[in-house]
Amino acid sequence: MKVGFYPGCSMKGGAREYQESVSALAKVFDIELVEIPDWNCCGATAAHNLNKELSLSLPARIMALAEREGISDIVVPCAACYNRLSIVKHELEADKSLSKRVASIIDLKYEGTTQILNIIQFIDKYITDRLEEKVVKPFDYKTACYYGCLLVRPHSILKFDRVEDPQSMDVLVKKAGGDAIDWAYKTECCGAGMSVSRTDTVARLSGNIMKDAVDRAAEVVVVACPMCHSNLDMRRPEINKFLNEKIDIPILYISQVLGLAVGLDAKTLGLNRHMTEVNLPVKPAMEVPVASEPKKVVNTQKLEA
Amino acid sequence: MSASHEHTHPDTLNDEIRRETGVIVNKCYQCGKCSAGCPVATEMEYPPSLVMRMLQTEDPLHVEKLLKSMTIWLCVTCEMCLTRCPMEIDIPSLMDFMRQKSYRAKKTNPQAKKIISFHKSFLDSINYTGRLYEMGLIVDYKMRTGAMMQDVAVAPKMFIKGKLNPVPEFIKGRKKIAAIFNKVQDKKEGKL
Ligand code: SF4
Ligand code: SF4
Ligand code: SF4
Ligand code: SF4
Repeated sequence: MKVGFYPGCSMKGGAREYQESVSALAKVFDIELVEIPDWNCCGATAAHNLNKELSLSLPARIMALAEREGISDIVVPCAACYNRLSIVKHELEADKSLSKRVASIIDLKYEGTTQILNIIQFIDKYITDRLEEKVVKPFDYKTACYYGCLLVRPHSILKFDRVEDPQSMDVLVKKAGGDAIDWAYKTECCGAGMSVSRTDTVARLSGNIMKDAVDRAAEVVVVACPMCHSNLDMRRPEINKFLNEKIDIPILYISQVLGLAVGLDAKTLGLNRHMTEVNLPVKPAMEVPVASEPKKVVNTQKLEA
Repeated sequence: MSASHEHTHPDTLNDEIRRETGVIVNKCYQCGKCSAGCPVATEMEYPPSLVMRMLQTEDPLHVEKLLKSMTIWLCVTCEMCLTRCPMEIDIPSLMDFMRQKSYRAKKTNPQAKKIISFHKSFLDSINYTGRLYEMGLIVDYKMRTGAMMQDVAVAPKMFIKGKLNPVPEFIKGRKKIAAIFNKVQDKKEGKL
């Protein structure tokens, strides 16, 4: 199975472990990820803040290159890139003359035929059916699934998951053997690209997110975006200073969680690259095969007694 | 009817907003849900619902205040306001529009310098290499703002963890990218 792959800049640098874990996971399920040749940056926040045509042209070039390769599905694991590509595809679809103008700016044919998939849509389309049978080490942790903004908003364009209490990632975590907890900050903003220019804002917003997660006994927070990851992980010293607390639970990518569950090792998944050390305790469930897990039986006996 | 009359009156800012972003300013009925959900409202001089109200007045003084505000640069495009607005008013696109207008008219708030410098360093990196080069971005941003100490603390750890590339990756089509930058820049308004 071949699927187009747009890593985006952060997966080549600060979020290297996201790429490592997505690639490793795809391999387990025999999916070949084909990187879009000579892809460019999508322009992110900087482009749409300063220049509209630029913010349309950079993502359009990426999709045009994919079309030229005959790629129909592009998986875009960075939520920020996913959001930009999806919005541009939508805007060019709605306005044919704008689409023509952009095609002339990028000097490539642009039809808008590629499907843009975020990491969860990709997993659901290509992996979920075969996931449970491959789980050998259930991810038995209280897990807070953090979706952030760009994966679910704006709903009118992305039409992905529910905006206030999305479930798609929770379902995946449960299939991986985890306990996806209910919490209040699933889609609150972490401060986005303000990490360098307004660190205090990021510390406050990300701090509130982390506080709610630990108050509800989360042992780990799971994300699907390198920007969310770096704000919650790399900015932890600033977060802890803001909260005047010492929160040390790790932030994992959803691809790392599923990777661990199907038996990939920590190094392959790049767990060593996080700033907040990942030292999750080994749980009994991880040592016994899933089928003969005794826990539920014990519980019913207790209830009956 | 008076169609000809409608087309002769001059294009107001609110007309331009409607054309460029689809936002009909007068649809806002000031419920305040946008400001309640906005993660940075507490840091803004004018929370999103007040921005809407100020535009509704069509008072040039209010428009001037908005163009020179920090508010428009503090908005992180989280899309919460649009998601919760009962009238589906696209405030994030409106904020983009106001930022671009403020930037072109050289009216940006002096305190927004750090944010804008960051955007510019970011775009420079793309213009030059085709991609974002994180280490170059940080160095370029520091040069622009003089904020030398901040962030130096995490850089060595990032490097050890293999998160910072010592050399940029240049894409083959970077001339094509430079051509895109050229085409989208308005000659009169100068470089991005
Ligand atoms: S959003 Fe970030 S990672 Fe994605 S392409 Fe743009 S700059 Fe690169
Ligand atoms: S939560 Fe933060 S990084 Fe994540 S999508 Fe929102 S703004 Fe982006
Ligand atoms: S939520 Fe919508 S209608 Fe309510 S104040 Fe904000 S913009 Fe106006
Ligand atoms: S998009 Fe901007 S104005 Fe709207 S809620 Fe987010 S930060 Fe506030």
